[in-house]
Amino acid sequence: MSRQLPQDPIIRDLVLQARRMQLSRRHLLQGGAIGAGALALAACAPAGSTAPTPAEDNSANDPSLVWGNWPAYLDEDDAGGYPTLQRFEEQSGIAVEYRVDVDDNNTFYGTIKDQLALGQYPGYDTFCLTEWMVARLIRFGYVQELDEANIPNKANLAPALLNPDFDPGRKLSLPWQNGFAGLAWDTEAFPKGLESVEDLWQADLKGKVTVLSELRDTMGILLLAQGVDISSEDWGMDEYSEAIATLEEHVTSGQIFGIKGNEYMQDFIAGDAVAGICWSGDITVLNAEVGYERFKFALPDSGGTLWGDTFVVPMGSTRKTNAETLMNYYYEPEVAAEVAAWVNYITPVVGAAEVAAEVYPELADNQLIFPNEETLSNAHIFRTLSSADDQAFNAEFQRVELGA
Amino acid sequence: MAFAAFGSSAAPVEQAPRKKSWIAWVLLAPGLAYLALFFLTPFVSLILTSLQAPVEFGDVGQYQTAFKIENYATVIEQYWPHFLRAFGYALVATFFALVISYPLAYFIGVTARKWPLLQALMLTLVIAPFFISFLLRTLAWKQLMSDDTPLVHALKALSILPPDGHLTGTAFSVIFGLTYNFIPFMTLPIYTNLERLDTRYLEAGADLYAKPSTTFWKVTVPLSMPGIVSGTLLTFIPASGDFINASSTFLGSAQTQMVGNAIEANFLNLLNYPAASAMSVILMALILVIVGIYVKRSGTEDLL
Repeated sequence: MSRQLPQDPIIRDLVLQARRMQLSRRHLLQGGAIGAGALALAACAPAGSTAPTPAEDNSANDPSLVWGNWPAYLDEDDAGGYPTLQRFEEQSGIAVEYRVDVDDNNTFYGTIKDQLALGQYPGYDTFCLTEWMVARLIRFGYVQELDEANIPNKANLAPALLNPDFDPGRKLSLPWQNGFAGLAWDTEAFPKGLESVEDLWQADLKGKVTVLSELRDTMGILLLAQGVDISSEDWGMDEYSEAIATLEEHVTSGQIFGIKGNEYMQDFIAGDAVAGICWSGDITVLNAEVGYERFKFALPDSGGTLWGDTFVVPMGSTRKTNAETLMNYYYEPEVAAEVAAWVNYITPVVGAAEVAAEVYPELADNQLIFPNEETLSNAHIFRTLSSADDQAFNAEFQRVELGA
Repeated sequence: MAFAAFGSSAAPVEQAPRKKSWIAWVLLAPGLAYLALFFLTPFVSLILTSLQAPVEFGDVGQYQTAFKIENYATVIEQYWPHFLRAFGYALVATFFALVISYPLAYFIGVTARKWPLLQALMLTLVIAPFFISFLLRTLAWKQLMSDDTPLVHALKALSILPPDGHLTGTAFSVIFGLTYNFIPFMTLPIYTNLERLDTRYLEAGADLYAKPSTTFWKVTVPLSMPGIVSGTLLTFIPASGDFINASSTFLGSAQTQMVGNAIEANFLNLLNYPAASAMSVILMALILVIVGIYVKRSGTEDLL
């Protein structure tokens, strides 16, 4: 009876149930009924009533790792391999399975939340999600505390990122990349270009505008265009409703064609989208894909958003040390510079800019990768929302996405 | 009442074995256990979830057991257009799938009888799309219908599509996707039925001076009714709950969202499990009623 139990909590429960019942023909039905009852009870229990505890670390005997991340978020060579990751595998002897499985914070959370709540292995030893979602995972107690002794390079973390309100001192999370959301356009189909959010609503872009399904980026930019300081606490549902009204007006009129995650990149290439609210690094990847500087990105005059995607290790992972070794590796300025040069996002690693200035001189002045004070002053961080605001804002945003 | 439609109204067969046998129960047990485990259990869980209420001052996605029947009224009030659209799209897609599939199935099952090789080849072609993932096929259609394609340029040149018109993200593309994706489910049941069609009936119709069209409507169609009914059910039921074709990632846009998309959004993005469950229960109930009425009306309950 020492066969390993299945990962899925509900199936596991049923298997245990079945074993206890010593399955006989007649008991099978009974077991089903009891299983139904158990499931019904499980469904009733409020989520997170018992806090999960960290799994025992088995990294020493298990040199492997599964890392979940967003598309176009790690340097890639022409053969589809990841050069920096391959070097890490050689150096450390840890085999990394890199899975490009995150396309949307909510959807990703939706697929692993049951395992997270039960403290079970969700299929990843570490993954990078946006900070507002990381804040939720920390609030719910779903992630393990990181051991600083294994990440000496944490000293290279940009000081501005060390003390977010959800994790002072970065005890449970470590930034992967930061980036901007702003305006992007196809310079061939729309040579005029965009300066302000207002420009998106002109008649010749009708049906060609795409915006992000990430609430904080799309709504953040619309709120900034209204003159709201999104990092501050002094705005609420009134200002938000006004921004929602703008979004709804343009979705209903057909001006906005899509509200999407990374899939909007395909729309730009296929010509379904000509302009929109996009992520800075995606535009560089798009240009690389078509082979020339066809797409352009700029922060709107009223300001763009600055977001961060961050490493966490779920409670169920037995390979935390391996994950920490990986984080430590990516906090080497040389490695960080190499990744930044490919993904074109802002690296959180101090010293990477200096390395890049030597190795990739053409990138050192790129404001999207190594922004100066002036650029950063035009990018704003969406404040951490209270749970009630989070739910209310999200409900409104989804209402527009679903149309009527 | 809807359930009654599925039952057989025929008198019990005389020769039914009268002896109670335990072997029957043994043979039945796996099936019953399967139903209990994979239908009844999730269904009970679904109903219980649909009645949950948010935990007071709770966080995102936290709900507790309650008897909040208002959940149903709330989702109907908020999402009735999505229900309506789902059934509307599914109905139109079922109609087009039938119009396309019937001649196809007739050709394969009746006309091509003389050429078994052709028959086999055509059947393979009908099933062939299943060899490729449903999602990939739908994405491929999205690519084919996007704005910079020869198809859209041609339609605009012919003034069929206005200069600022699109194909993707419209009701047309969603219904097209549904029709395309469900055609095999329509064709195969009709084919299996028509394949057994006794062509001597058609000859008899002609002998009795019926025009070919009269023979078709009076003989062929009634004989193939079981195939048509199962084909339409296999198309309509999954099509009305579909959330892939209508999603903005695939062929739809904010204007074409069906109830499946509303359920998905509530479940994955809003973590509003009670609302998602209530919508699922309503969807199931509505489909049951619609299908029940349909089966009764088409008078084929003993053909099913």
